[in-house]
Amino acid sequence: MNRNPIPAPLMARVRTLLFHRRVLFGIPFAWLLLFFLLPFALILKISLTSAVMAIPPYEPVFRLAENTLSVVVNFGNYLFLLSDSLYIAAYWGSVKTALISTIACLLIGYPMAYAMARAPKHWQLVLLLLVMLPSWTSFLIRVYAWMGILGNQGLLNSFLLWLGLIDEPLKMLNTNFAVILGITYAYLPFMVLPIFTNLVKLDLRLLEAASDLGCRSITTFWAITLPLSKAGILAGCMLVFIPAVGEFVIPELLGGPDTLMIGKVLWEEFFNNRDWPVASALAIVMLALLLVPIVLFHRFQSREMSKNG
Amino acid sequence: MVNARGISFSKVMLVMGLLFLYLPMLVLIVYSFNASRLVSVWAGFSTHWYSALFEDQQILSAVWMSLKIAFYSASMAMCLGTLCAFVITRFKRMRGRTLLSGMITAPLVMPEVITGLSLLLLFVQLAELTGWPADRGMVTIWIAHTTFCSAYVAVVVSARLQEVDRSIEEAAMDLGCTPLKTFFVVTLPVIAPALVSGWLLAFTLSLDDLVIASFVSGPGSTTLPMVVFSSVRMGVSPKINALATLIILTVSLVAFIAWYVMRRNEKRRRSGRLS
Repeated sequence: MNRNPIPAPLMARVRTLLFHRRVLFGIPFAWLLLFFLLPFALILKISLTSAVMAIPPYEPVFRLAENTLSVVVNFGNYLFLLSDSLYIAAYWGSVKTALISTIACLLIGYPMAYAMARAPKHWQLVLLLLVMLPSWTSFLIRVYAWMGILGNQGLLNSFLLWLGLIDEPLKMLNTNFAVILGITYAYLPFMVLPIFTNLVKLDLRLLEAASDLGCRSITTFWAITLPLSKAGILAGCMLVFIPAVGEFVIPELLGGPDTLMIGKVLWEEFFNNRDWPVASALAIVMLALLLVPIVLFHRFQSREMSKNG
Repeated sequence: MVNARGISFSKVMLVMGLLFLYLPMLVLIVYSFNASRLVSVWAGFSTHWYSALFEDQQILSAVWMSLKIAFYSASMAMCLGTLCAFVITRFKRMRGRTLLSGMITAPLVMPEVITGLSLLLLFVQLAELTGWPADRGMVTIWIAHTTFCSAYVAVVVSARLQEVDRSIEEAAMDLGCTPLKTFFVVTLPVIAPALVSGWLLAFTLSLDDLVIASFVSGPGSTTLPMVVFSSVRMGVSPKINALATLIILTVSLVAFIAWYVMRRNEKRRRSGRLS
């Protein structure tokens, strides 16, 4: 009669187990859906409205008047971004600054990670803590430290004047150079960490084999170490590049009036001009620009999170 | 194995890199004891700025506010992030798993201005539709911080979860443990260090956040980074140097304790294996 080979009590247990699993899965899923994904849909929606003097300062997309539901979509904000060269310059400035800083981080961070991975085991933890420690102290304060160093009356200028290398203070603070220096400084630990984790797992026997077969060490590095640490380099670059594009604090504190970066422009549109629709459109375009690197980073991260499964 | 010149180049870079990371912070510490307001002038040793700092009611109340928010955010993020890491590493065939892992890793790299703006728009719309949150403040900052801190906790915990020996969990279940009990008795003690480091990471991230908090805060909920930012915008301020010194020293102390504990555990494990 009963074609089900599994006894009923066991079936019931499996069912409650599956139910529990769904609940467990559902809690973080619902939280992130509500507080992460839905807000992005809202940015998209607001970017298609027009600004008005009201609270909240934008017109509704859906309007119900005299039993007619009208949908008003306004592409004007996007056209506005295209028509004003300020915004295009800001996007370009952000990408350029982030790119230069990422390369600087890689050039400084890779050798650091390499030396750490080759250090004796008991040193590795200390070095790792030393590299990560600055990122646990306040980001704001680390950026602020450079204000005292780079200013016209700052430490570096005083030092160079004292050495007699320069006759008058160099203008370093409030320049694009200061912004790049600040980003490189603030994000360096995030470049070192993934490369180090990658290099430390490198199978040393491969390097031994290469040298046994007569490979010169520099060739071994280019042919084996570097290609094998590709994943770490990629992750590090994404961890630096993506947040750097949207950076606000560093261009605000270290940059000058000619420093155009999109994070700063968005902040000003939102807080100073109170133009929420344009700020939203700026955010949507920034997301579109960053989509490819974000997807790349996600691929890497989900592989890290679910390997050895 | 690797040629001597290669080693020395990377070692030199490591030392230079560490100097690059630490010199600016050292400068802050030294100048927090400078009697003069100016960075370029050394007017003698003084703890004047520290007493000025402790008399500044605005800074003190912002510190208290930030600590409260960071504590609640870190605690919630620890639960949510651990849950996320657990379901992603264990429930391989669950529908929606890809979406969940996408949503949990994206905050790691999302520019803060976008996260802040998007959450503010959510709170505004929610208030319009449901009347909640009536005004923005601690709760909205807590939600925002929990969301982005969970991502970091999930990464830290999932790395540890992968190292857990599944056969012990299976043995516990074979012996009649319910999955829930297995988690609390077997899995949790093993991943506990990751939970602690995840909590600490979330705590510092929340304590440090300026951009997201600025978007979702309201009047009366000023966090420490907001106070620091508005005073730093005007230029170098010795009081902030004193504050920076205290922050750096606290973080260094916690890191030192963490290192000490880890080293002791490692030694104990090693000697346990030998005996």
